[in-house]
Amino acid sequence: MMKQSASQTVGPFFRIGLIYSQAQSNLVNEQTSGERITLTGVVYDGDGQPIPDAMIEIWQPDAKGIFNHALDPLQEQADPHFRGFGRAENRNAGKYEFKTIKPGGRDGMPPYINVHVFARGMLIHAMTRIYFSDEPANAEDPVLNSVESERRHTLIATREESDGSPVYRFDIRMQGEDETVFFNP
Amino acid sequence: MSELVKYNLLDWKVQPPYLHPAYKSTVKRSPSRPLVPLTQSLAELTGPVYGRDEIHPLDNDLTKNSVKTGEPLGERIIVTGRLLDDRGKPIRNALIEIWQANSAGRYMHKVDQHDAPLDPNFHGAGRTLTDENGVYRFTTIKPGSYPWRNHLNAWRPHHIHFSVFGTNFLQRLVTQMYFPGDPLLPLDPIHNSIPDEEARKRLISTYDHDVTTPEWALGYRFDIVVCGPRQTPFE
Repeated sequence: MMKQSASQTVGPFFRIGLIYSQAQSNLVNEQTSGERITLTGVVYDGDGQPIPDAMIEIWQPDAKGIFNHALDPLQEQADPHFRGFGRAENRNAGKYEFKTIKPGGRDGMPPYINVHVFARGMLIHAMTRIYFSDEPANAEDPVLNSVESERRHTLIATREESDGSPVYRFDIRMQGEDETVFFNP
Repeated sequence: MSELVKYNLLDWKVQPPYLHPAYKSTVKRSPSRPLVPLTQSLAELTGPVYGRDEIHPLDNDLTKNSVKTGEPLGERIIVTGRLLDDRGKPIRNALIEIWQANSAGRYMHKVDQHDAPLDPNFHGAGRTLTDENGVYRFTTIKPGSYPWRNHLNAWRPHHIHFSVFGTNFLQRLVTQMYFPGDPLLPLDPIHNSIPDEEARKRLISTYDHDVTTPEWALGYRFDIVVCGPRQTPFE
């Protein structure tokens, strides 16, 4: 078997290569099906300071929980107006923001969004997940249940209304008392 | 649903740790708790798919994709290689993005205040999709070294940043390509964060005279390997 290539940090200047369009943080167009949501938060370092040069990538299914990918047996029913990938910088005092739709759950499981965190000072990305505070099915989720109960809240975005449109807040803490749960898939 | 083929985990004998104190910014930005194991599901085994129509023909030529008044300055180079999984299988139609400093060691980025000239004809970013054999190819300018204040007299070796998507979320990789014979490599805490010497060497491109184009550009080869499937059911 071949050995993997090692990761190296994105460094402080990733913007010139990776952030080439505002559209990257907007996953929807007018024809996309589903509930429009804003997903926002701050990435904090171990001193509780916002990280000004972090990048968040998200990957999610459509409003029915279907991934627009050949491996999903339901791909033919996937929303053709939704790819499901987004990328945002942690700008404006360390805040990132996505415009997307709330994903659907699948097979009775709650919806979630997969996340990769990149930053200067991170030699390799970190993976986490965003669940939603208003989903009773969270209690059944095997991944949430595999996490110590006192750390589970770090994986759950809280719903806040903002002028009638839902905003989910998901902060990421690299270290500290409320350090976000990161996964090794 | 049919049984999903699982993918190999990140190989921590090869991958750098989150905390590497010689690279000072890792100290406050590294997760301190152990990573939690995750059973791979459809969400990890899928990922974004890009089409050829999303890539502009000049996107992989950094010597042409941002010219304003003329040719960018510096040593023109060709960088090519293959994107493979760890079973040696080429990964097709995968998005590769690169970014880099100009020939003087300066990035076209407002945070970069290194006292070296910007080049109005060089933005320093490109992207492409791998072909049917997993091959990518960029034309660019050899990036300069630059100081980075991690410690006294700290200079980054010549490098090009690579961002790679495979076919799924698990194959995501961001890395850096280095150049052979660079005396700064053994002094670089970022390159040295990789725990395995062979793995460090694999991030150093090789000069390839067959890639070099006469009267035009020097050629370098750089292959990238990401995790692959643990098994395939029909083999």
